[in-house]
Amino acid sequence: MSTKPVGVIGEITDVNLTMKVAEKLRDAGFRNWDIYTPYPVHGLDKAMGIKRSILTYISFAGLLGGISTALGLQFWTGAVDYKLNIGGKGFFDWQFSIPIDFELSILGTAIFTVVGLFHLCRIPTWYNKYQDDESFKKATDDVFVVTIDADDDRFSATETASLLTNLGVGNVHLVHATAN
Amino acid sequence: MTVVQEQERLQAMAHGEEPVREDLVLGNPTMRDVTARIASIVESKITMKYLATLSVTGAMAAWGLFALYYTITTGIGVWGLNNPIGWGWDITNFVFWIGIGHAGTLISAILFLFRQKWRTAINRSAEAMTIFAVICALTMVLSHTGRPWLFYWLLPYPNQMAMWVNFRSPLMWDVFAVNTYFTVSALFWFVGLIPDLATLRNYVKSSVAKKVYGVLSLGWTGSTRSWHHYEIAYMILAGISTPLVLSVHSVVSFDFTVGILPGWHTTIFPPYFVAGAIFSGFAMVMTLLVITREILDLKQFITLKHFENMNKIMLATGMMVGYAYILEFFIAWYSGSDWERWIFINRAFGDYAWAYWTMFICNVVSPQVFWFKSARRNIPLMFVISIFINIGMWFERFTIIATTLHHDFLPASWGYYSPTWVEISIFIGTFGIFLTLFLLFAKFVPVIAIAEIKSIMPGAQPTHHHDHHGDAH
Repeated sequence: MSTKPVGVIGEITDVNLTMKVAEKLRDAGFRNWDIYTPYPVHGLDKAMGIKRSILTYISFAGLLGGISTALGLQFWTGAVDYKLNIGGKGFFDWQFSIPIDFELSILGTAIFTVVGLFHLCRIPTWYNKYQDDESFKKATDDVFVVTIDADDDRFSATETASLLTNLGVGNVHLVHATAN
Repeated sequence: MTVVQEQERLQAMAHGEEPVREDLVLGNPTMRDVTARIASIVESKITMKYLATLSVTGAMAAWGLFALYYTITTGIGVWGLNNPIGWGWDITNFVFWIGIGHAGTLISAILFLFRQKWRTAINRSAEAMTIFAVICALTMVLSHTGRPWLFYWLLPYPNQMAMWVNFRSPLMWDVFAVNTYFTVSALFWFVGLIPDLATLRNYVKSSVAKKVYGVLSLGWTGSTRSWHHYEIAYMILAGISTPLVLSVHSVVSFDFTVGILPGWHTTIFPPYFVAGAIFSGFAMVMTLLVITREILDLKQFITLKHFENMNKIMLATGMMVGYAYILEFFIAWYSGSDWERWIFINRAFGDYAWAYWTMFICNVVSPQVFWFKSARRNIPLMFVISIFINIGMWFERFTIIATTLHHDFLPASWGYYSPTWVEISIFIGTFGIFLTLFLLFAKFVPVIAIAEIKSIMPGAQPTHHHDHHGDAH
């Protein structure tokens, strides 16, 4: 195959080795690399040096959006746009607004969280450059798969592969782009 | 238990994690076994037994939909409702179905926050049940509006009359609570499914199934960079679902309590309704799981330990509702109000005494057997008790609605309510819809949360943490 490789891929079966490899690659200064796991591994994100997720801020924005929509809607429709006297109750009072304030806060948080999650994980997507590699497919089953992309500054087709092999990663091989 | 497992257990305890008391996955399967076991349900041929069951539930659903069609085209006069009884089986069924859903959210959200690892085997099916139950509840409440094609009148939207909905009405709060509940439950369920759908995408052989799971899994790869965000998202969704589940049935109870009718106008209703909802929901989860576990052969994942824990929760919540039943009587007496006192005496000894005592025996007496460990681990017995509780909780809602309405303040307008065949058919139909959806779910969607099961298996998590320790997901 004459095409340039898109990256190097390797398999690990032991979770403790996965942690070690993650720390080594992080310390080696790689940037465009990842470890694919069948389930979330505690502490692996820190071992890889991943920064704290901004998702909590997105969710909080959803909460603020939800509660201000609820308050604004109830106040404007009831006390500004069309005042209706129903049983002498106030046109707007914070007490009766609470159930809807609460529900819309929850709804706003949930929607922002899920949309934010999709955005941060870059899904939905129809393509992944490793998708046709057999090793890569095992990552949703029982193998921890490590990849280092060819566009990483420190990538070298021979040296990166041997680095992984020396760390104890199995079945290390280069992946070439498929026609898509 | 092997020596290695024992060491891991001690190590986990040293890290301040909850010690695993009893194995939650039996038979020491490998991760590949777990994938293969769950995927085999999806990949296996559709059996005649499955089709036969599906056609029965489908026929029930079709019959109910016919009765709904008849109701909608003719008007709710075809129901047994009368004056003074304006709410009957419609609202009973609505509250019943909404309550059923609550166990799913409790298992998926509250038990998650309390780090109850046993939830992993049952959360997926319980969450699915939540969504299907809320669909049934929405069917009931929409049909009871009489002109369901005008459902959008319930939403605040700018219109030619320049009028808005009445936000001071608890019925309006209900619209927001139930729709929020449905949306958030569906999102929570789907987010939980994404990694498992990706597992199926990579596992199944059939190219059609591969495409379908491929599209539904949205291109999930299992990247640690994604898991990092995913775990936070899951935690936030669990965190907001917890108050949500408590709020939804509280808001449902406001439909009654904000009214000034004797028997309804009480402050105990919100917690009493929430406890009852969880109680009835666990009973329904139990009924379904006993069958699912048997038919799909999931004994490895859904163990007696799971059932025992669920029975303990049923015992606890059953006593909460029992306490509420008794306290209601005390408060009615203590209130000094003749109307309150009379309505409760009438509830227990009046025209609907049969419904009241069915409720009391099913909900308060029958779960008492779960004090005994042998009963908590006896599957036929817990199946029967779960059916009793389902029946009892339905009668609880019926009792609350019918006894308060059938005798109002003016003896001249007292009445009695019996459902017509149409209401009974619609109720059967909601069971048909519920069971049909559950059967389809059990066949085509991973019934067990594969990724979550893997994450609690022995040896799944690193034993030596370099940078930190003890912050579980």
